[in-house]
Formats: sequence, C-alpha cells, structure tokens
Amino acid sequence: MRKILSVMLLASVMALVACAHKPPKDTGASASSQVPAAGAQANGAGANGAVGAGGANAAGGEDIGGPTEGILAQRTIYFAFDSSDINPEGTALISAHAHYLVAHSNLHVRLEGNTDERGSREYNIGLGERRAQAVRRAMLLQGVAETQLSTVSYGAERPAVEGHDESAWSKNRRVVINYVQ
Amino acid sequence: MIKELPLRARWYAVLLCFAVLPGLASAQLKIEITSGVTDPVPVAIVPFASTGGADNGVDVAEVIQSDLEGSGRFKAMARSAMTSTPSRAQDVQMATWKAAGNDYVVVGRVTALGGGQVAVDFELLNALTGQQLANPRFTGTAAAVRDAAHRCSDVIYEKILGIRGAFATRIAYVSVEGSPPAQRYQLVVADADGANARVILESHLPIMSPAWSPDGQWLAYVSFENKRSSIYVQQVSTGTRRLVSGRAGINGAPAWSPDGHKLLVTLGGSAGTPNLYVLDLGTQQLTRLTEGPSIDTEGVYAADGQSVYFTSDRSGGPQIYRIGLEPGAKPRRVSFESAYNARPRVSPDGTKLAMVTQDGANYRIAVQDLASGTERILSHGRLDASPSFAPNGAMIIFSGIEGGHSILQRVSVDGQTSQRLRADSADVREPVWAPFAH
Repeated sequence: MRKILSVMLLASVMALVACAHKPPKDTGASASSQVPAAGAQANGAGANGAVGAGGANAAGGEDIGGPTEGILAQRTIYFAFDSSDINPEGTALISAHAHYLVAHSNLHVRLEGNTDERGSREYNIGLGERRAQAVRRAMLLQGVAETQLSTVSYGAERPAVEGHDESAWSKNRRVVINYVQ
Repeated sequence: MIKELPLRARWYAVLLCFAVLPGLASAQLKIEITSGVTDPVPVAIVPFASTGGADNGVDVAEVIQSDLEGSGRFKAMARSAMTSTPSRAQDVQMATWKAAGNDYVVVGRVTALGGGQVAVDFELLNALTGQQLANPRFTGTAAAVRDAAHRCSDVIYEKILGIRGAFATRIAYVSVEGSPPAQRYQLVVADADGANARVILESHLPIMSPAWSPDGQWLAYVSFENKRSSIYVQQVSTGTRRLVSGRAGINGAPAWSPDGHKLLVTLGGSAGTPNLYVLDLGTQQLTRLTEGPSIDTEGVYAADGQSVYFTSDRSGGPQIYRIGLEPGAKPRRVSFESAYNARPRVSPDGTKLAMVTQDGANYRIAVQDLASGTERILSHGRLDASPSFAPNGAMIIFSGIEGGHSILQRVSVDGQTSQRLRADSADVREPVWAPFAH
C-alpha cells in the first residue's frame, strides 16, 4: 500500500510539474505538499493563492550551505527544559555567526525554533518561537541587520532525533541557524 | 458557509493534475479495547440477510458488533453459538436467544431497491420482554452500506443506553512516517472506527492542528509547506482549499466559531508574541482578543460562542483562561490543579473542559466540570496530548505514546471504557472528532 501510494504521489508530482506552465520556484514546498482528494479543486492553494493573508513573511527561502569554517560549521543552539535562556556555548556560537553575518550583509539566516515533544503542540509552537526570538535578539545586539534574520517555530513537529526520553528531548530543544537565499 | 472564490486560470492546470490522485491512506487504524465495563450488555447481532449482493460485500452485523463491542459497553454473542439466523422479527424464537443469555437481539436485512439504491432494515428486540424497540430503515447507494451499518449501531446504542451513538461520524488525524529529518506528514480523514481512511493533504514539512467546521464539511489546519506556518481551510469532499492566514510569524491553532463564519487563530507577528485573534472568514477582518508578551494560544469557543478558553503562560507556566469576546474583556484563570494545563477543549454540551495536564512526570488528559471546578484525570499514559470530544460528549479521543510510537486512544468521559487505535507503520496523532453529520 505504501509503495503504491508513493508511486501515485510521484506520478502526480511529475504530472504537476508537467502541467504547470512555470514550475514554482520553491519546488520543495509546492511539489511535495498535495491535496490528493479525488476531484480536488485547489482553490487558491499554494503560496500565490494568498487570500486575506496580508504581510506574508519572507521565511520561506531556499536553503543554501552557508559557511563551514571552524565553529561556523555548527548550527544548533540547545536549550534547557521550558527555557529560552542561551547558555555559554550557545552564546559563543551565536556570536560567531553574528560576526559572519555582519561581514556578509548579503546573507540571510532563518532561525528555526524547536521544542521537545512534551505537553501540547501549539503551546510548543509558542515556546519554539520564543527560543528563535532569543537567538534573533542576540544577533541583532551584535549588529546583524533585521532584514538578514527571519524566524520560524516548528515546536515539537520536527524533532532532530527520534525517542521519547531525555536523551532525545535534550537534542530536540534547539534553534537551528539555517542559511537561506 | 464558505464562499468559494473565483479560481485563477493558472490553477486550473494544477487542479487537473490533482484530480487523478486517489487519496488512499497508507496506515489503517485498528481498534483494540483496553478497558470495558464489568457488566457489558449481552446482545445477539444475527448476520443480516442480503439479497442479490445488495450488501456490497459489507457484513453489516459484523460492523455493528465491532462498533458496539468497541464501545466497551456491549458483549456480542459468538456467531458459532447461534443455532438459527433469522432476519426478521417474526422469525425470532425469543426463548432460545434469551436462554443463551442475551438481553437484546438484532435481526436485519439488506435489500436492493433498484437504481443502485439499497435499504438496510433491522429490528432491535428486547429478549426478556419480546418487545420491539426499534425498526428503522436506512437507504442509500450500495457504497453507503457501511455507513448505514454505523447508523444502525447509533440507534441500538441510544435505545439501550440512552446516549446518542457517535459511530456514524468521522475523525481526522495527522499521520507521520519516516525518521527525522526525512519525515512525511499526512492529514487523514477516516470513519470513527478508523475505516475508509483517506489522505487529504501530504507534505514533507509539518501539518498540524486540524479543526472541523461545525457543519463537518471543512477542516482548518496549519501547514508548514512554505517553510513557515500558514492556516488553510479545506473542503473535505472536494479538496478545495483556501489559504486564510499566512502572516509574518506564527499562524496557528485554528478553531471555528459555532456559526462557522469565523476562525479563532493564534498569530505571533514579527515580534514573536503569540496572541489570539478572531478572523472573519467572509470579510478577512481580524479582531485582536489578547495582549501582552505571554504565549496565548490554543483558543476554543465556549459552547454558546460568547467567550473563549485558551492556554496562556501569563502566570508563569501554561494554564487555561477564559475571556469574553466584548472589547476590553479581561481573562480569568480557570485551571488550578497542576503546574501545567494546556489545550482546552469544550464538551458539546458546554459543561466540561478537557485539557492536557501535568501529573507528576506525566502528561495526561484531564476533564474539569465547569460548574463545580472539580477535575479528574482520565488517561494513564506518559505523554498524552490533543484531547477531542466525540460529538455525543461521551468519549474523548487523544494521542499517546506506546511502544515508542504515537497512537490514538479513546476514553469514556466516565473513565470506565477505553480503546486504542493503532496504525501499523505510522505515528498517528492530533485526532479530532467531527461533529454529527447534518
């Protein structure tokens, strides 16, 4: 069943690409997210179908590699349970990336806030955002331009590792610095 | 209820592509009973007669048996123990069924009406008095026989227990397959027993917070498909959907107003402070409901639509508050039993509040009686979450972790019966029980 579904999805993705006059720029989003109901009508679906969606933010940029020298290869800041306080390791890492961003003002990062799985999901979205904002404020204080930074919170929805104990949770309470176009 | 907006020409191409996709779900849920009442009602559900394949291959009696036993309140007689299989009340030799220990007997038949229509008829008989308690008829297409069977279950449940059955209803949930970071997210709609599961949205980025419209025709949900949260509303039968909020920052926690014209949403804005807003789906107008730097989220309308329950950490940890919809209204705290209370859901009759509560090191589902304020913990897991009331108010469906996987569970509001709905290969979570079909 799973295999059949995959094949059907693949076929539809290909059909989508074939059908569209101009494949959407952000293929990651548009080609992978589907409304597969039979006889589906995508009424204004997708990034361009915004209905009353004033002020769409610019967080959806395509990922690029970014710097890999020394500490800059590290992209993850970890947090204690139910906390958005940045520890000394986190401060050093944020500082390194902030300096790099100041020196490369054409670059942008998306700060992705995450939580462990405990508690309720939408509350965790709020907690993840609070962590991302803490990193954002620390970077602003070090001179990074506001336009270089965006935030998104995935809450508990995108764990780094599987597992339902503290060893997994401690790796999932994090902000990821993601260099984007 | 929701006005369809004119399609832009460029989307016709997309639409045609989607139209070829059948929405089969990859993970089928299976129900297991984890606890039932100590004195279940003994009932014999005799295999239904079917003329000329009218039942479309659906064993109506088996569906009814599975529904009733799955509720934890009935015990069905084994078919192998039945010495006859009458399909009409007048053919039932009641003394035999009574002697076999049954309190009730159900007999019925499926007949073709022509034009692709079929009828499902049954009689519910009291084995002790011989009295006929119900003999309804459900008609529909051959494809709707299973649904008719669930409607039979609803009638039997109500006649015997005095509570409206919720078997002929649907649920939606999120299914996740694969290991991080390569996970696949699906939004699935299924019958309340897990059958007929259908994927209505798939993404490699998170899908969360599905919420049924009051008429049961639409789902609001949050999708991160554009690498940021956006709120969509999607018509389940057609797949038609609209982006209703893709603003800067968090777009989360949609909940419908009782009239279906508005969505309560959480918006974070660029400053990242989540607050509650009311979004008018007709005019797109936004009205702010809460203020301040705390996390205010997971709003849900009270049954009368005049106030809203929500989660806020304004006092430190998350707690449940209630706020009126009038301008200048101040929130009032309603949860006190634990250091962590979140994700309120109001019972259909408005008398109870279900929530996620911290219980020692565990997160569990609690129900508060709103009149008395007394609270009771109904679940027993480590990481239970996302409670949602059945439309009859008798059960709560929620998610929990078992054997390293996220599964769905149901518990009766009196705590006496519970069941597990497990998928073979996927983590399933965020179940939401649809309202009664109108």
